Amino acid sequence: MTDKPIYEEQDPIIVCRDVQKWYGDFHALKGINMEVRKGEVIVIFGPSGSGKSTFIRTINRLEEHQGGQIIVDGIELTHDVKNIESIRKETGMVFQQFNLFPHLTVMQNVTLAPLQVRKQDKEEAEKTAMELLERVGIPEQANKFPGQLSGGQQQRVAIARALAMKPKIMLFDEPTSALDPEMIKEVLDVMIELAKSGMTMLVVTHEMGFARSVADTLYFFDEGQIVEKGSPEDIYNNPQEDRTKLFLSQILQH
Amino acid sequence: MTTSTTEVLAPPTERYTVLGWLRRNLFGSIGDSILTIIAIWLTYAMLKPSLSWGFSVAKWTVIADNLKLFMVGRYPAEELWRVWVVLYLLAAVVGFTWGAWVKGKEKAGYVLLGIPVFLALLPFSPTIRMMILALDLFGFLGIILGRRDNPKFKNWSIISLLLYFPVGILLIGGLTGETGFLPTVKPDLWGGLMLTILLAVIGIIFSFPIGVALALGRQSKLPIISWFSVGVIELVRGVPLITILFMMDLMLPLFLPAEIRVEGVIRAFVAITLFSAAYMAENVRGGLQAIPRGQYEAAHALGLNGFTTMAFIILPQALKAVIPILVSQFIGLLKDTTLVMILSLFDVLGIGKSVLGNPEYVGTAKEVYVFVAALFWVLSYGLSYASQRLETSLGVGER
Repeated sequence: MTDKPIYEEQDPIIVCRDVQKWYGDFHALKGINMEVRKGEVIVIFGPSGSGKSTFIRTINRLEEHQGGQIIVDGIELTHDVKNIESIRKETGMVFQQFNLFPHLTVMQNVTLAPLQVRKQDKEEAEKTAMELLERVGIPEQANKFPGQLSGGQQQRVAIARALAMKPKIMLFDEPTSALDPEMIKEVLDVMIELAKSGMTMLVVTHEMGFARSVADTLYFFDEGQIVEKGSPEDIYNNPQEDRTKLFLSQILQH
Repeated sequence: MTTSTTEVLAPPTERYTVLGWLRRNLFGSIGDSILTIIAIWLTYAMLKPSLSWGFSVAKWTVIADNLKLFMVGRYPAEELWRVWVVLYLLAAVVGFTWGAWVKGKEKAGYVLLGIPVFLALLPFSPTIRMMILALDLFGFLGIILGRRDNPKFKNWSIISLLLYFPVGILLIGGLTGETGFLPTVKPDLWGGLMLTILLAVIGIIFSFPIGVALALGRQSKLPIISWFSVGVIELVRGVPLITILFMMDLMLPLFLPAEIRVEGVIRAFVAITLFSAAYMAENVRGGLQAIPRGQYEAAHALGLNGFTTMAFIILPQALKAVIPILVSQFIGLLKDTTLVMILSLFDVLGIGKSVLGNPEYVGTAKEVYVFVAALFWVLSYGLSYASQRLETSLGVGER
């Protein structure tokens, strides 16, 4: 293999072993095992209620796992608040509903965490923020409030906000599901550029075009389990499991 | 989108003349006209006795003779200038804040300027009328100054508001003991409308941080803190204000050492603050619950800890959402302060009762109570109207 991807030579940055999660009596995650290497782009897909969002939210402890082990960047997630905070510093997250802070301007949204968590000085934080806003293509919106922007612009601000903390890992929880069709591309373009720059990414999405062009590994989730994993070619052209075939036929037929 | 050649039409506008409005709304049909005439006649018939009483029967001299009592109680006359300074400062600070924050939409603020105009209509001496109207001058100057383009003005206005209250209290209460530039005026001498407003303003200001703390405490995951907060809130909310005042009056001395004697006014402040804080806590809790979970999640995902999340993300939004409720709470408190009468304090209503105790003014109860009611109405309605206008122009209460 000559064109072996770079990430395969790297050490794993996220290790999940037998992750379990219940909501009351409902068994949401039934033993998830996953290793993510530096620079790897992972796309997780599956029917709704399959636990894919729950899973990526356990990685920065927005959801607590109740069994198994999650190790991020060499730190194990436990009840220790120090550990949780240091992992969150290294992990950016982008949400389906953007979750920008509506009372702060775009610039303040992007600089808040660097100022308060990283204790950067204001000038430096604003310079970085401007660079990031240029990178996501909306430097001219810096002084507007989130409510004045379109959905696509808001999501790009959310990406810039997460990147401002200079994270080692980016988590995307259905980043394009709440967007109008014509805005999906502008967000995906930013994500593709990010993937090509070598960022480690975990993306929950049904944008199969995105998955095919930038993902290194695809995971198909169903009923709280990983049903199948593989490279995009394997999953698309030669799915092994019936559930994967059925789901792909449903989402790709139109 | 239509093509660019399409003519852009202005939206249709409707123009009213007074006559047109009358025809459209009151005399649209024969039936409407009959109803309008009957309504006008009914209103006239009902108002006539009140009006003729107000203009010919009522002896308003009771108000004119005791105006100073109604306004400031037994506050020493030679120190009255201090009250004026406090009032002028208030007008200037409020005007400045309004001008700095409500750029280009100051019109609503002019409603507040109506309050001094109303007060000047009362039978004061011409000098005092001028001094009352000068309040508007200070307020107006404040607005003009605040409107200037200076990004620092918003911060200055907050600082000046924060400074205003201790300065105002010191000016009214005195600083330098028995003699000197600002001799002490004991709180027991404070009275009248001044006391009413002071009680309400101090009550709302002190209850604000306490209420926010209780609201946060109620949500706390630490059981002791949350039980304590719930206990305080529910206990205070479960009893009428008058019982808290009684308790302060009768029971506080039992808890304190004998040599400490707390003045009635201070007791009233404490009771009102406590009472208001419990309601404030519930209002703020409502604001906190209106914040979507996603805001907490986004803040946590960025690595913000619990404190910074609260201080920078949650509280600013929650408090903005509850401003309208806080204004109505303040208006409620303003009226509730009349209950301090039972602590033998002389707020504006208490002054009214004591004036009626004077044999010289027997039989003027109607005049006194109508006057006190009118004072409360002007203050409450002025505040409520100004705050509604402020809310719409600032988009407060929306998200």
